[in-house]
Amino acid sequence: MSGTALPSEASAIAPQGFGGMQARSSEALNATPRIAMRNLDFYYGDNRALKAIDLDLPERQVTGMIGPSGCGKSTLLRVLNRMYSLYPGQRATGEVMMDGRNIIAPDIDLNELRARVGMVFQKPTPFPMTIHENIAFGVRLHERLSKPDMEERVEWALTRAAIWGEVKDRLHSSALGLSGGQQQRLCIARSIAVRPEVILFDEPTSALDPISTLKIEELIDELKRDFTIAIVTHNMQQAARCADQVAFFYLGELIEVAPAAQLFTAPRHLKTQEYITGRFG
Amino acid sequence: MEQRPEHTVRSYSEELRRLREMIARMGGLAERQVADATNALVRRDADLATEVVGRDAEIDALEQDIESFCIRLLALRQPVGQDLRLVIAALKISHGIERIGDYARNAAKRAIVVAQQPALGSLNGFLRMALLVQQNLKGAIDALVHHDAARADEVWAADQPVDEVYNGIFREMLTFMMEDPRNITAATHLLFIAKNLERIGDHATNIAETVHYAVRGENLAGERPKADVSASAVVRPQS
Repeated sequence: MSGTALPSEASAIAPQGFGGMQARSSEALNATPRIAMRNLDFYYGDNRALKAIDLDLPERQVTGMIGPSGCGKSTLLRVLNRMYSLYPGQRATGEVMMDGRNIIAPDIDLNELRARVGMVFQKPTPFPMTIHENIAFGVRLHERLSKPDMEERVEWALTRAAIWGEVKDRLHSSALGLSGGQQQRLCIARSIAVRPEVILFDEPTSALDPISTLKIEELIDELKRDFTIAIVTHNMQQAARCADQVAFFYLGELIEVAPAAQLFTAPRHLKTQEYITGRFG
Repeated sequence: MEQRPEHTVRSYSEELRRLREMIARMGGLAERQVADATNALVRRDADLATEVVGRDAEIDALEQDIESFCIRLLALRQPVGQDLRLVIAALKISHGIERIGDYARNAAKRAIVVAQQPALGSLNGFLRMALLVQQNLKGAIDALVHHDAARADEVWAADQPVDEVYNGIFREMLTFMMEDPRNITAATHLLFIAKNLERIGDHATNIAETVHYAVRGENLAGERPKADVSASAVVRPQS
């Protein structure tokens, strides 16, 4: 990690148990890491977009990622489910450990990885199919379920995504008829239907109205009982509301990671302070 | 030590500056109240004391203004980091200054009574105490306005001389009362005035603690140095 430490605050925090700059985020939150990144670099061609990232996603906690555009936070999400492998010239080096395996190693089965690490995007991306098929489609890629088991899985996923009550009577009509907020919850249901361990949210509410946004945030709060969550957001209040720990990125570097209350009341680094208080640029 | 750079939203910077100014103004008013109440006492000036009593309403009104302004900032700006700490500190400090104003007003009220009683020796100890607590109050407020934690720490550690003068006054007043029961009325009021000044000093150190938090984002560690022993002081009657 780098960045200018706030001289007064850096000394203040160290003795209180948040650790120095080297401390692992999961230690601060007292949780085991589900994903542990060590010395992670990422390149778009020659452009080094992530620089020596050390970050843990603690088990069943929400990690918020904030930072100005181009800081690398979305790139980091793309590394975690190997989305970048679809594009030539993009590569990651270092370690992203999950259950003792480095998921950026070439021999990783990407289908299996993407079932374990789901992703929800900025804009709702329902398939042009029925609501039921939107959920069942992904499940079929990974599992062979009997019809009753599939029905049960669809209901389970829609219930967990807090949309069952709104769609249970129209499961066989098109998903495109749903509102934006409903479509986003449908996409969340689609992600959790394959029972992943980690869910990545990339700006999941930036296209939604405030009430739909709150519903998604409430849902994230609910989902963290079972899943490890990472959320990239431009909305700092959203990171403050949703995240257990918050990571601040700047120009491809992880400047600071801390429990949300710590980061939003007394950040350790000058850059973090300037960013969160709006004194940036 | 002024924090840089400015907010991207200039009006937000302006509002935070205005908040500091309001606190500075309130602190200045309280300093003046403490000075005038003590001067009224020492000069046996009941008119000045009456003025002090009347002016307390200004401090109370400023506290109200600061409170509403802070609530507005919290609601509309949702401050975080150093800005959040400043707003919270302003709320606490304005409350502390309001208490200081009440103590000064009470001292002034008693000064009116004392002026009607026979004089009791020199009151230089009161002037000394008032000067010390004013300096501390000014130091604490300046520390907030200039974002200067070191200054706040100095104030925090500087309450001991106040307590020492207070202990001296306490013993002196007990002695006056034992010498002649006719001194009891004046000496009792003077004891309360001394206690008021001592409490004002404590509030100034509390303010310094709050400023330290606002600037550094951490609480001052450890016990504050204290020297008030009046709770256990005994003066034996002279035989």
